[in-house]
Amino acid sequence: MTLAIDPTREALLQRLRAQAEAPARSRAERCLPVPDAFAKLLPDAGLKQGATYCLGVAGSLLTALLSEPSQAGSWCGVVGMPEFGVEAAQAAGIALDRLVLVPDPGDQWLAVTAALAEVLPVIAVRPGGRVREGDAARLTARLRDRGGVLLVHGDWPRAEARLQLAEPRWAGLGIGHGCLTSREVVATATSKRFAGVRSVRLRLPDPQGRLALAAPVAPVPVRLKAAG
Amino acid sequence: MTPRSADRPRPGQSQPILSGAQPARCLVLWFPAWSVRAWSLAEGQPIDVPLATVAANRITACSAAAVAEGVVIGQRRREAQSRCPTLQVIASDEARDVREFEPVVACIEELSPGVQVLRPGQCVVRARGLANYLGSEAEAAETLLEAVVTRLGIPDGRVGIADGRFAAAQAARAGNPVRIVPAGESAGFLAPLPISRLADEGLSTLLPRLGVHTLGDFAALSADSVRDRFGTQGLRLHTFASGLDPSTVQPRTPPPELTRRLHFEPALNLVEQVAFSARATAEDFIAGLNAVGLVCTELRVELVGERDELVARNWLAAGVFDAGAVIDRVRWQLQAAAGRQLGSGVVNLLLEPIAVDAQGFHMPGLFGSGPDERVHHVLSRVQGMLGHTGVLTAEVGGGRWLAERQVLVPWSDRPQSEAPRQRPWPGRVPDPLPATVFSETRPVRLLGGSGRPVALNSRGAVTDPPVALEVEGGRRTVIGWAGPWPIDERPWDADRHRVANRFQVVDGSGTAWLLLLDERGWWAEARYD
Repeated sequence: MTLAIDPTREALLQRLRAQAEAPARSRAERCLPVPDAFAKLLPDAGLKQGATYCLGVAGSLLTALLSEPSQAGSWCGVVGMPEFGVEAAQAAGIALDRLVLVPDPGDQWLAVTAALAEVLPVIAVRPGGRVREGDAARLTARLRDRGGVLLVHGDWPRAEARLQLAEPRWAGLGIGHGCLTSREVVATATSKRFAGVRSVRLRLPDPQGRLALAAPVAPVPVRLKAAG
Repeated sequence: MTPRSADRPRPGQSQPILSGAQPARCLVLWFPAWSVRAWSLAEGQPIDVPLATVAANRITACSAAAVAEGVVIGQRRREAQSRCPTLQVIASDEARDVREFEPVVACIEELSPGVQVLRPGQCVVRARGLANYLGSEAEAAETLLEAVVTRLGIPDGRVGIADGRFAAAQAARAGNPVRIVPAGESAGFLAPLPISRLADEGLSTLLPRLGVHTLGDFAALSADSVRDRFGTQGLRLHTFASGLDPSTVQPRTPPPELTRRLHFEPALNLVEQVAFSARATAEDFIAGLNAVGLVCTELRVELVGERDELVARNWLAAGVFDAGAVIDRVRWQLQAAAGRQLGSGVVNLLLEPIAVDAQGFHMPGLFGSGPDERVHHVLSRVQGMLGHTGVLTAEVGGGRWLAERQVLVPWSDRPQSEAPRQRPWPGRVPDPLPATVFSETRPVRLLGGSGRPVALNSRGAVTDPPVALEVEGGRRTVIGWAGPWPIDERPWDADRHRVANRFQVVDGSGTAWLLLLDERGWWAEARYD
């Protein structure tokens, strides 16, 4: 007696076989999304799960990097940054109901970060002291296990990439008049995964407090005539 | 206090039976104008002034002083106020009535188990047991009234004892303060009472038009014709009027005692000692809730010190409380109060569930309850390491100062911003907002061309254009600035009045600053970085 094979079942079996044979997961799937502007800077065009990224002290760089994973539904943690601007973070697109702040962990910052790494996919931390190689390696192992990403304000051994903001130029503010409207800045990245420095010109923040690519041509100033 | 979803007294269920069996002896305890009394108990206000509760613009209950002025139940509010201009009108609140009646029921329950609450202010017990025990029905009535007066200080209770609940309730209305209708004489007692006592709107308007004015007249009609004309409801009321009320007393189940108390002797001075000693109590507290199928979602912890200091606080859980979480709350509360509100050892601890929920809603699913549950577990653990205020969630509230607008709430607490964000808040910082906000403003110096700090003249203009900014231990040149933007907040409130001028400054390194100038000097409120 032969078994009658249902065609839908056959298709399912084929799909399962294909999945089993394919390499475990493609590279893009193992990355958390970043804004398009940063995709050109980072080695995998995203935040690689299990990796650590060093950031310059600029707060807007951090909020810009957190915004995309947060909008995609990830929880974010911010450890050791009592001056994190919540309202600017919300304007940049971070969901506040999935944001956890640990402003003053004191000496326990590493233990707190390790605990949070269990569940939070993205953690930003400002180390409260020098980081030892061993501690960093243990934390990295946990991040790799859980698929988390660590963004560090400051230095970290064996970071995946280092991001900085340079050449800031504020628009809107004169000498005694105007108010800040937006900033043009160059984001640079160095990494052990590529040679040299990658850079991209951004508007961060733009007048709405979000991230945008810099307009290629600066607007021509229009002279206003006094009237009346 | 009883938790919200704990056992409530069940409404009376009565099944009309048509046998001629003599109803059981019932004792009804009635407090006239209970709504007014409940308000006075809840608010701690005197009741000997004209008071009335109002629902849907009609008087529902009024105090004796109001009755003396001509206020009656069912009157329109405006009419009552015109009769008695000093009348204090209170919105009626059934929850308050029930809540305040709870101690009365508990007091009666101690003397005679099996209390049925008919409505707030009126309850019924079986008379036989208490009367046999105390010797007579009159003695039983006196004992109950005395207990309520001496323990709770409620003087105006009335007692009626008769065959059946309905007759006993009518006897209580006639009581001053006690009216006992002897066994078998209920029909005779009820006969002269008006039809309106049946509290049935249809019958009390229809029967008088048919020439039936008293309960006696109604009882004289044959049961068959009443059933033909008025159906089963009419027949049920007919048995009431005949003094043959078949409904029995259906005692409530007393709500289980969920609150736990712990007394320390001698007083404990260390936080860890209290936390350690309270562990068994906390486990018992959670087990007691679980035994009745409940979980606690809001908890009240009260700590009493040797010098009678009371430290009380309500705590919310993001999920539900377990014993460890309860102990954490006790510890945090002690840590926060030690040295300030609490200057001596702890002698008493009280754990009370404020809000409970059925256990079934909080069972973990077969495959876990998703990521948020795990997040909660880990965050609670971190909270255990750092203290209650160590882990925060944020929301944006109202206000003019950046630090004031970001409302940081400890994990698992209810967010409560006092200033709503939707209001316009003139003077707030325009977009884009700075990414770094200092929780405490930092001292800086903005220097003019003369090398002295920039100041404002009497017209609010800068005396000297700024050229340098001293901040974070360094001196930077100023390449752009604007201001002042004055803020003059709450001039009517001496304590919270604040005057300051905001400036935006860009320094030579391209970093922009939000600065404040007030009477004490220059401050950095935030950094655009």
